[in-house]
Amino acid sequence: MNVTAVASESQAGRIWTRFRQHRLALAGGLVVALLLASALFAPLLAPQDPTLLDTALRFRPPFADWALPLGTDELGRDTLSRLLYGGRVSLTVGLVAMVTTVVTGAVIGIAAGFLGGLVDNLLMRFVDTMLCFPQVFLLLVVAAFVPPTLLSISLVIGLTSWMEVSRIVRAEILHLKEQDFVAAARALGASRARIMFRELLPNAAAPILVAATLKVASAVLMESYISYLGYGVQPPLASWGNMLTNAQGYFDTVPWLAILPGAAITLTVMGFNFLGDGLRDALDPRLRMDP
Amino acid sequence: MAETLLKVSGLEVHFPIRSAFLRRRIGTVRAVDGVDIEVARGETLALVGESGCGKTTTGKAILRLIDPTRGSIRFDGEEIARHGAARLAPFRRRMQIVFQDPFASLNPRMTVGGILAAPFEIHRIGTPADRPERIAALLRTVGLRPEAARRYPHEFSGGQRQRIGIARALALEPELIIGDEPVSALDVSIQAQVINLMKRLQAERGLAYIMISHNLAVVSHVADRVAVMYLGRVVETAPRETLFFGARHPYTQALLSAVPEPVPGLRRTRQVLQGDVPSPARPPTGCHFHLRCPIAQARCAQEAPAQRIIAPGHAVACHLVAP
Amino acid sequence: MIGFIAWRLLQAIPLLIGVSLIAFGLMHLAPGGPLAVYTLNPSIQAQDIERVKIIFGLDQPIYVQYLKWASGIFSGNWGYTFFGGRPVLGVILERLPATMLLMGSALSVAIVLGLSIGVLGAVKRYSVFDVLATSGALFALSFPTFWFGLMAIFVFAIQLRWLPSGGMWELGEEGNIISLLQHLVLPTLVLALVITATWSRYSRSAFLEVMQQDYMRTARAKGLPPAARLMRHAFPNAAKPLIALLGVELPFLFSGALVTETIFGWPGMGRLFVDALNMKEYPILMGMMMFTAIFVIIGNLLADLAIAVIDPRVRLR
Repeated sequence: MNVTAVASESQAGRIWTRFRQHRLALAGGLVVALLLASALFAPLLAPQDPTLLDTALRFRPPFADWALPLGTDELGRDTLSRLLYGGRVSLTVGLVAMVTTVVTGAVIGIAAGFLGGLVDNLLMRFVDTMLCFPQVFLLLVVAAFVPPTLLSISLVIGLTSWMEVSRIVRAEILHLKEQDFVAAARALGASRARIMFRELLPNAAAPILVAATLKVASAVLMESYISYLGYGVQPPLASWGNMLTNAQGYFDTVPWLAILPGAAITLTVMGFNFLGDGLRDALDPRLRMDP
Repeated sequence: MAETLLKVSGLEVHFPIRSAFLRRRIGTVRAVDGVDIEVARGETLALVGESGCGKTTTGKAILRLIDPTRGSIRFDGEEIARHGAARLAPFRRRMQIVFQDPFASLNPRMTVGGILAAPFEIHRIGTPADRPERIAALLRTVGLRPEAARRYPHEFSGGQRQRIGIARALALEPELIIGDEPVSALDVSIQAQVINLMKRLQAERGLAYIMISHNLAVVSHVADRVAVMYLGRVVETAPRETLFFGARHPYTQALLSAVPEPVPGLRRTRQVLQGDVPSPARPPTGCHFHLRCPIAQARCAQEAPAQRIIAPGHAVACHLVAP
Repeated sequence: MIGFIAWRLLQAIPLLIGVSLIAFGLMHLAPGGPLAVYTLNPSIQAQDIERVKIIFGLDQPIYVQYLKWASGIFSGNWGYTFFGGRPVLGVILERLPATMLLMGSALSVAIVLGLSIGVLGAVKRYSVFDVLATSGALFALSFPTFWFGLMAIFVFAIQLRWLPSGGMWELGEEGNIISLLQHLVLPTLVLALVITATWSRYSRSAFLEVMQQDYMRTARAKGLPPAARLMRHAFPNAAKPLIALLGVELPFLFSGALVTETIFGWPGMGRLFVDALNMKEYPILMGMMMFTAIFVIIGNLLADLAIAVIDPRVRLR
């Protein structure tokens, strides 16, 4: 007998078709791609060094000067350059925090879901406990006592926001582990680690990917909160959050200094949120929420 | 009878029923409640019964996919009912399983090659370099092209998937394969192909099978011997011909009469059982069948009958059947 | 029902213990410990630090400190502030009314708005309104609260001069309701934005779910008018996930309140938290963590009970 594969549209094709119908998700994906590219190529795109001071050129308005397209701040630094480099910082923190969140959440979710019993109980009570604290409170308390580096900020954000991911992954694993392919792996003598990470994890990839995308958005938001409150990225390194803090002092006279970084944050968060929403609809119609 | 490969005696598998409040144990489901079976090398034992009678649980307990509560499982003379994962490892190579649902039993995120490589990876057999050849050989054995290795399970039909499941079970060259309703999810036209494949493999490799099935027509094709289960216990064990033409246990007789001509020439006197199968959480006292049995007597409600040999290879668990 | 309440209360105990362990642990595992603010200050003498240690019991073994603090939580003695030596619980409770006022008004606005938008969107599914509302909600969820706050101040306080830019009263007008309401408008708006978005999304999907049920078709078949179907059949059933949301959203509400209060100089608990953070006031920080967590636990408990009252099936679980 020959292999005559069932004529079926490929799975990837179906997902792409569903994703494409989601206009806002496409736009979100485009925004995310542009942001990532601009962060990656910031040194090429930036008109000048973002830390270069020129007190003769303070508070230049945007669009007044081709050399300084978005104007300058209170120290005469070029706003566009600072936005581009700040984007690098904000996106780096967002991505590293997301990886931390997803790895922690996935490991805890898989362990709880697969091992069950006491392990599950203890881990889930820990999750419940962590969820009793408002995230910003937790984040600020830890951030205030840890020397602020890009890595520590990312880790702190990641380690205070994994709980949802672990719940999502656990629910998925509880459903998957009853399937026969897991029993088949056990009958072959597969170790628990192999079953958890080789058999189960790839099957939970869709919800994890969706959560990951949405987590970048919330991590960028969290970074801007704590930087705004002074416990995040420290000057002279620019991040969108601390640019806003700076701008607040000159708010009534030069509002664009606050408008621009805020708009950058909003655009980024929106991009990832729309992308994540579209991915959810495309990958997993069961979780669908919007038309 | 040839050399005994598997001997199961007094096997019990109980599941606790827990309350939502504090998860207290408030009852027990006796899914398997004292099963004795034997399988010789190279033979096929069919385990039949209605759904919920514990036949699948028995199969999974033999493979140690579910922990037995009590009883003994001897494989090739060694007691394995209490073995931990490490001591069980060599037996994983010698016993395998083919599942009922070919859609759920193959990992949808792995290629067929990945699925078939798993047994070699887990048991560190051969080198990564020679795996493609091993996998190709397995696929050819079950009648698929080696190119199938690059595809995903959802690209195949049910029958093809079941062949992949059989290939996976064969990878470790086991001596015993437990087929858990291996063809019941397939189209009738495909069933025969898969059954013939399994019979061919048995002849070529000297495999022993335990075929778990509720389909007596299938059983009549493949089984050397048949064990009939009711509510967690084996009520009758007999060679195929004896069972179909000379069943002695009232439950077996009722079961056979309910099937439209499972075997050509089988005499047909329709017997309809009264009532429903009782819950395994509250099985009846004595003989589990006595509430529905047409010939039950007072002692049946008190004393559980043991299987007694009434003829060579023919054992019945009934007080009222004389040798 | 009494069994259900007892069971839920029992479940809250390990949660409380966990919460207190984390709140306490975070403060004591921090580099430098609770006294970092003193030890890092070169103008403070070593013997002064020792004295402070003894006053605050920080020379005792860590578990003794924890047990003392935790038992104090239950007896109402939440410790004393480093600066000024005031009782922590008193300091927190002093700020409670301002935060409750802000959270309450924002939540009311958000529920009324969000629920209306969500129900309308569900009833007129895929209409222009629905599409605009659902994408609008996603837009709103992406707004950084503090930036939205700054923009609101810029437009309404600085440019248009309609509303005050911060604080709770004008100087010298403490107790004046009109002044309070004027000050409340912008913070409420800012805090309500994100919650409104969440509520409109959840109520839309809750109502969509309910309207596909058989009993809704039955209600329609027996000729009930749309309004009656919505009020008598859809609402009670859609209310369950929304009440649960109310409990789940509490921590987010506190987070949002913290940011909002900081921008608008609103003298509530969030503001207190940020000030305590800047002054490294560990007793207040621990107290605040504990207070919000207890608040959240009680909120979730009440939500669960409310759901159990609506839906008898829940009680049997």
